[in-house]
Amino acid sequence: MCVLCGEALTAPHWTDAHAAGGATRALDARMRALAPVLAHAGLSARAWGPRVVVLADRRGRQEVLRDLGELWPAAERLLGRPLDPLDPALILALEARAAA
Amino acid sequence: MSAGRLPLWVVTGALGSGKTTLIARALAGAGPGLAVVVNELGDVALDHELLQRTDEVTVPVGGGCACCARREDLVAALLGLLRERDLRGVVVETSGVADPGPILFTLATHPVLVHQFRLAGVACAVDAVAGRAALAAPAAARQLAAADRVLVTKGDLADPGPLRTAVAARNPAAEVVTADALLREGEPAVVAGAAPAAHGDVPEATSVRLDGPVDWAVFSVWLSMLLHAHGARVLRVKGLLDVGGPGPVSINAVGHVVHPPAHLDAWPGERTSRLVVIARGLDPDALRASLAAFRAGLTAR
Repeated sequence: MCVLCGEALTAPHWTDAHAAGGATRALDARMRALAPVLAHAGLSARAWGPRVVVLADRRGRQEVLRDLGELWPAAERLLGRPLDPLDPALILALEARAAA
Repeated sequence: MSAGRLPLWVVTGALGSGKTTLIARALAGAGPGLAVVVNELGDVALDHELLQRTDEVTVPVGGGCACCARREDLVAALLGLLRERDLRGVVVETSGVADPGPILFTLATHPVLVHQFRLAGVACAVDAVAGRAALAAPAAARQLAAADRVLVTKGDLADPGPLRTAVAARNPAAEVVTADALLREGEPAVVAGAAPAAHGDVPEATSVRLDGPVDWAVFSVWLSMLLHAHGARVLRVKGLLDVGGPGPVSINAVGHVVHPPAHLDAWPGERTSRLVVIARGLDPDALRASLAAFRAGLTAR
């Protein structure tokens, strides 16, 4: 899916091109990496089967996603704003996590 | 990843920058079976067996941002060329003002072409006579940012030195080469950390070297998030990542369209992960701090 206009594309998302150790292990690694970033914004995600991810906000609203290309637009819909990796508060939170 | 697919080179550059001359020279030494697709017939006649001329037809896809557009003329030309029995590869010469983004989007997303062609490289011809002024136009900035290789033309008529410096500041991921290397295959070495800073309203290149192995899950979370939040400002992301295999994973995004990362057999040069982000209005220090924080805070220990 296009990250800007949301156009559905048939090709696998680029983040799925490298799956060291197989799809399940790659999904586990991705969920581990995502969790603190999503938690910082008040979201959570859980794997549902080997490929599908369910994203939820604190009010219980959920979105079912197939890849990272779908995740960020869905997070933006739930939050009403995009998640920004350059957000100083997020950077500080990740630095604090590294120091802990 | 690339086995069996035909190489496709894209040659960009302003009108009169010498693209057609470069292509003619490169084809002369390349043997039969290479086709050429051109959008405009310039002053230099290209006498070639497999020459196709198309009129640029760019169709916005869906709600459409600028680079999510399909080049229908290119789709038709490439599908037609697949009927050629001995086709070994294709060179696409863009018009002088063309944004290479839709060409690369088309290659990356068309359900047939994505399995038949692989992007072997984007070359940008830059005219040493026109000099730095030629790099200021928005179209030139997009073409230069998309390039893997930059060919400084007419170097015999003007000193190419200042232009080379300007090119390195705008796209440190590109290799400055001679015409003989136009159709070279393989990864150019990505230079990181050597680029002088760009100033003013020009895209700024941020070069980063990454120590140690890179956790793919963390990197893909970071880059996909960055492109979602700031994709409209990003002209190019190029890099080689050490994810633990014998060779690197090659990352290549033009605009926010990311090509399928390729696993290379060996490192071109030193085994060090490096990344170049070319963008308008993104603070290089914030980019570096963000990537460092993601790696430190999220990498599994």
